[in-house]
Amino acid sequence: MITLLEAKNITKRFGGLTALSDVSLTIRKGEVYGLIGPNGAGKTTFFNVLTGAYTAEEGEIVFGGTELPAGKPHLVVAAGIARTFQNIRLFREMTALENVMAGHHIRSRANPFSILLQTRQAKEEERLITERAFELLKYVGIERFADTVSKNLSYGDQRRLEIARALATEPQLLALDEPAAGMNATETAKLRELVQTIRHDGVTVLLIEHDVKLVMGLCDRLAVLDFGRKIAEDVPAEVQRNDAVIAAYLGGHAKPKKGAPA
Amino acid sequence: MNELALAVPYLGKRHPAAARWVVIAIAIGAPLIAVLFGKTWVRILDFAMLYVMLAIGLNLVVGFAGLLDLGYIAFYAVGAYTFAFLASPHFDIHLPFWLVLPAGAACAAVAGIILGLPTLRLRGDYLAIVTLGFGEIVRIFLNNLNHPVNITNGPQGINMIDPLVLFGWDISRPLKIGDEITVNSLFLYYYVFLAFVVLSIILVQRLQVSRVGRAWAAIRDDELAAKAIGINTRNMKLLAFSLGATFGGVSGGLFAAFQGFVSPESFSLMESIAVLTMIVFGGMGNLAGVIIGALALTALPEVLRYVAVPVQQAVFDRVILDPEVLRMLLLSLAMIFMMLLRPAGLIPAYSRYSRPELVVGKAASGEAGK
Repeated sequence: MITLLEAKNITKRFGGLTALSDVSLTIRKGEVYGLIGPNGAGKTTFFNVLTGAYTAEEGEIVFGGTELPAGKPHLVVAAGIARTFQNIRLFREMTALENVMAGHHIRSRANPFSILLQTRQAKEEERLITERAFELLKYVGIERFADTVSKNLSYGDQRRLEIARALATEPQLLALDEPAAGMNATETAKLRELVQTIRHDGVTVLLIEHDVKLVMGLCDRLAVLDFGRKIAEDVPAEVQRNDAVIAAYLGGHAKPKKGAPA
Repeated sequence: MNELALAVPYLGKRHPAAARWVVIAIAIGAPLIAVLFGKTWVRILDFAMLYVMLAIGLNLVVGFAGLLDLGYIAFYAVGAYTFAFLASPHFDIHLPFWLVLPAGAACAAVAGIILGLPTLRLRGDYLAIVTLGFGEIVRIFLNNLNHPVNITNGPQGINMIDPLVLFGWDISRPLKIGDEITVNSLFLYYYVFLAFVVLSIILVQRLQVSRVGRAWAAIRDDELAAKAIGINTRNMKLLAFSLGATFGGVSGGLFAAFQGFVSPESFSLMESIAVLTMIVFGGMGNLAGVIIGALALTALPEVLRYVAVPVQQAVFDRVILDPEVLRMLLLSLAMIFMMLLRPAGLIPAYSRYSRPELVVGKAASGEAGK
């Protein structure tokens, strides 16, 4: 399997607090990779380092063979990593369609002059962006709300729209930060289908999630963070049996019996 | 244009084509009606056109990109003074209009970037304070740069600025058609300004429905998310500042040529606030709202001013409230009532950043009818 992303010895401190300590992990092309851990374990911090929102004190991230620029979110997106947010962050005053169209920004090139002069290329590109945005709305199943202002969408649809917007940047790696948070069982099931479709269509997925059932069923491999350290990285079945993982989730020095559920 | 047509009551939604003709008829006929009440009213209309341009430019910064700018009038000043420097006896330079106006616009655009660079990380209140300071700095510079070397001629301002000369035709002189009809230059100025306003509207609409307009709206709605989809927020903000400033600069150049005179007092903080009031009043982010806001808030105080003085004289035998005081009073009252009754402005922003009909018409499924 080809390595898509390799994080090497990432350390991130906030003042005296070490949020991430020497975390290394490898994501392979085409898999669904899960990142789990108790609250405050550093999952979202890792996410923010990966997507360029934070700069790590130590370590580097190699993506598709080149080092990712630190602290430059737009260059990270250009390199092929798209993300969603734990608390949905849509462009509230824009319609669903426009949100996705905004996501095409980095893959389009019309400049102010060609726009002001409405050159043929600019017009053609605009038509193409509209068309692709429609297709992406269909892809996540909310095309009937294309003209709805995004703040008026239901919670589940907002999540889907955020994923469509992230896909519009044409990523190789899609990083989802707790996409199932606050969803009911039906919505979660639909989300699971969507993630599988996305993976099937060739996009690698990095998933941070609390919903253990979802993670175990969906991910090919998992890494577990606890207090900023990686305590396990393996296929779900093995992670479930890992003593350190069980201790982290249940506290203390739990000595599980063989085959106990995590 | 379409947005303006939609704003026409009753007709707008039912017969957009008819509404569009109504808008065109009003735009062309306005000075002919205004002149019935006296030439001053045509002059007010001319100024209204300049304010419309200012409002369109400021709306680009505040309404689209969400960058609250309280020093916008500085760009108007830069445009006006550039015009004054390059086309007046002050330095004895008399360059043609088509050179001077772009120069003013370019200077304003550069000023926009100068303002934008240090404020990239600021938002909301903090940005407002810095831009306010910037506006005042420009005004104070204009006021004091007459010593030791006289550049701006200080508070006296610059006089005898060249009028607009289009293709050898001086529009500050009455136009004679045959022997009978003379068209006052105020009309000519109106139509020239109107042409600039129409051009501005077209350009701004093109920007709005484009990847640039969407990037601005994205930054306005959620800057972090905008970064997360790969928008280079720094460049896009600088672009908003400089393009917005360009409109201010052009408007300022036209103002200088129209007045024939510029002085620092035309560019006070109150003017910045007046323009901001126009776009908040009309409906921030919505082009039609912004235009109507600018027209309403230029005309309304004037109407009341001309009514107020005679009324006060008739009732009290003297003028108690100075018209200028009254103007500010009315502006603030208008704002207060607007915020209470229609917090989103006269025409609440329904801004579009896309044209789904481009595709829906043929490609997509059921909702094509909409």
